[in-house]
Amino acid sequence: MADTPKPGLFEKGGKLYWLHSSIDAFDTFLRVPGTVTAKGAHVRDGIDLKRVMIIVVVALIPAALFGMYNVGVQTSTLYGLDWGFFHKFFYGLLRMLPLFVVSYVVGLGIEFASAQIRGEEVNEGYLVTGFLIPLIVPVDVPLWMLALATAFSVIFVKEVFGGTGMNIWNPALVARAFLFFSYPSSMSGSGVWVSKTWAGLGGVDAISAATPLAIAHDGGFDAATGAVGQYSFMDLFWGFIPGSTGETCVVAILLGAILLVWTGVASWKIMVSSIAGGLLVGWLGQLAGATALPCYYQIVMGGFLFGSVFMATDPVTAAQTETGKWIYGFLIGALAVVVRLWNPGYMEGMMLAILLMNTFAPLIDHCVVSSHMSRRARKAAKA
Amino acid sequence: MPIKFKRLVLKKGLDIPIKGKAAPVVLKRVVPDVVAIKPTDFKGLVPRLLVREGDKVLAGSPVMADKLHPEILITSPVSGTVRQIVRGEKRKLLAVLVKADAKQEYVDFGIPDIVKEGQARDILLKSGLWASLVQRPYGVMASLDAQPKIIYISTFNTAPLAPDNEFALDGRLEDLQSGILALTCFAPVEEGITGDDSLFAKLGSVFQHRVSGPHPAGNPGVQISHFNPIQKGETVWTVSPMLVAAIGHLVNTGKLDLMRRVAVTGPDATKLGYVECLPGTPVADIAHVLPDVRVIGGDVLSGENLGAEGYLGFFQDQLTLIREGREREWFGWAKPIRPKVFSSSMCYFSWLTPKKEYEMDTNVHGGPRAFVETKCFEDVTPMDIFPIYLIKACMAGDIEKMEQYGIYEVLPEDLALCDYVDPSKNEIQAAIQKGIDLMIKEMA
Repeated sequence: MADTPKPGLFEKGGKLYWLHSSIDAFDTFLRVPGTVTAKGAHVRDGIDLKRVMIIVVVALIPAALFGMYNVGVQTSTLYGLDWGFFHKFFYGLLRMLPLFVVSYVVGLGIEFASAQIRGEEVNEGYLVTGFLIPLIVPVDVPLWMLALATAFSVIFVKEVFGGTGMNIWNPALVARAFLFFSYPSSMSGSGVWVSKTWAGLGGVDAISAATPLAIAHDGGFDAATGAVGQYSFMDLFWGFIPGSTGETCVVAILLGAILLVWTGVASWKIMVSSIAGGLLVGWLGQLAGATALPCYYQIVMGGFLFGSVFMATDPVTAAQTETGKWIYGFLIGALAVVVRLWNPGYMEGMMLAILLMNTFAPLIDHCVVSSHMSRRARKAAKA
Repeated sequence: MPIKFKRLVLKKGLDIPIKGKAAPVVLKRVVPDVVAIKPTDFKGLVPRLLVREGDKVLAGSPVMADKLHPEILITSPVSGTVRQIVRGEKRKLLAVLVKADAKQEYVDFGIPDIVKEGQARDILLKSGLWASLVQRPYGVMASLDAQPKIIYISTFNTAPLAPDNEFALDGRLEDLQSGILALTCFAPVEEGITGDDSLFAKLGSVFQHRVSGPHPAGNPGVQISHFNPIQKGETVWTVSPMLVAAIGHLVNTGKLDLMRRVAVTGPDATKLGYVECLPGTPVADIAHVLPDVRVIGGDVLSGENLGAEGYLGFFQDQLTLIREGREREWFGWAKPIRPKVFSSSMCYFSWLTPKKEYEMDTNVHGGPRAFVETKCFEDVTPMDIFPIYLIKACMAGDIEKMEQYGIYEVLPEDLALCDYVDPSKNEIQAAIQKGIDLMIKEMA
């Protein structure tokens, strides 16, 4: 397998040359390509995009593992089942596995096909997207919906723009947005967040568990958390609550954040500024009387932290200038909490805030660069 | 005496820890059998051949001239007989090979009185040392009618394994001083120095700057952009210290002597040290080249692939020998630790061994992709520009944007580290060169 491509068959002019993108993808997956520098710098750094992407996947693993365990915890709690640690974990693992398989098979399939069509190498960006998608949808989402959403986002958000590096919006978030707007009943409300077991329990629809944000939606933030609400701050912090698989545990997300910031793969400026934006608006909301909830609750609820650590920091769709990153991150955090506090229809503002700021990131960069250029021109005129 | 100085401490940049620094010893002095004069060394030169095969030349005799400005001459560094005119595709002139005489004879240009109007200019043009003046923007040969605002000399080189000018020019203080005096006939001269006890700190008639920091702090382009940025319509000339010494020798003695100490460096050099030789000397005379080793004239970031059969270039004072990295490592990108591979990013564990030097090779370590990570470019570019915007403007061929984003201030070598660090393996120096070529064409 590793010694493909065989000369002739997959090489230019060979019978199976049209497959070369896929063959190359597998080949370079197994072994570093043997190409040597032809122009420019004669030596190159050991890093490549595969390494960058795998670092992000590793950073997501704590959140994914915790999420799987939490799937078991939520189900056993809701149905009053007496499951042990491993039972809970493997239940979650088995529930999550089909989501990962569908996400990767559909997404990578399209990636390979479009790389074939363009005759380019297969890009490794989907390694991350494919891992993110299962972590930001309800665990019981029907697989065909997931497949449809994945296909939509890979084709219309990524490939039509030219693949990884060219896309404007974060493909994983668009997949979620697609599901949310197309199949709202499978994506929100209090019935979808806890996995029903396969045997017998599936029919018990009366039993439901709502996420803190859903409770807040129906009964206000006070009903959800805080001093009198259903979930305490520590529940939200440790993450034993219903929600999208990856988003609930603050500790697991912070572990990933540490790796991303340490390796420099994701921008700490975006993470810090989005949290600052969220805190500020949360605090203003408190002052304005929109909620009695202390502002730091906003950070640990829902997808806020997961979004600011893993989604807002996507280097392709985020602002690229360093000043721009501060502005971009701050506005994401601020907008997400604005949506939560002042939009009665929909509580989870993070997804829309990030997608909106993805749209405006090039504009932010444009402003930063133009103002820098005019400052430079003024300095030059003075000198 | 130094007039006054500014101090610049740069933080951004990267010193690539490659093995094979030249020891400060002179290994040998090469008396070449054949030397090559390559018009391709001089950017902006449209060569017109002045000799035929079999002609006799002296050291300093013209071999070719610029078609557009026939006063600009390229001269032979040795005396001998023209053995061969090497041409490439479409009869493009690639090199003139001169078989050297056993006893060297020099053209006597006479000792000029450089204080007199035009004398310095005349002798530089006649001797062929005009070609040692590099004009910015664009890094081309100095034009005859340009009035540079300054002439800038970076006295130290921070590129990987670069020669130590303190050693390479040891004992040539007098030549350097005369060279600077000759250059002051054209414009005020400024130099960038690192370390207060530098040889170059002893020079007078020159505005001295103090610069320190990782590569590319030693690049003249980086220093100029901090001390005296080039605006539209302005020009600055740069000269390498080695050629300043040659100019000084010329005005002191009236003879062209391009003998230089060339650093033989790199992980695959059999002997590390300095070799005294002339430009155009065959690579094989300077260093022993093992099979499957690339010979780079210059450093690993911006040097030229000379080939084992090649000849040292006019501006080159370094050879770097590195292995062609064609081996394919299993699961390279997925291994937690790759002890033989250096990465400046924190995604590998090279940061655990900050003192280690690596036997690097020419492997690309990945395939070409669209830009994803771009902050890494800013981290290695200590200039007041947005590298990614400039690079993209160059790729798109957008003249107006290139101007805005600072194309006048950079040469490919100033962004060479972007080539190195890019995880998407884009050819950034090539893109910048393409942008510069377009500017030359459109602004002419």
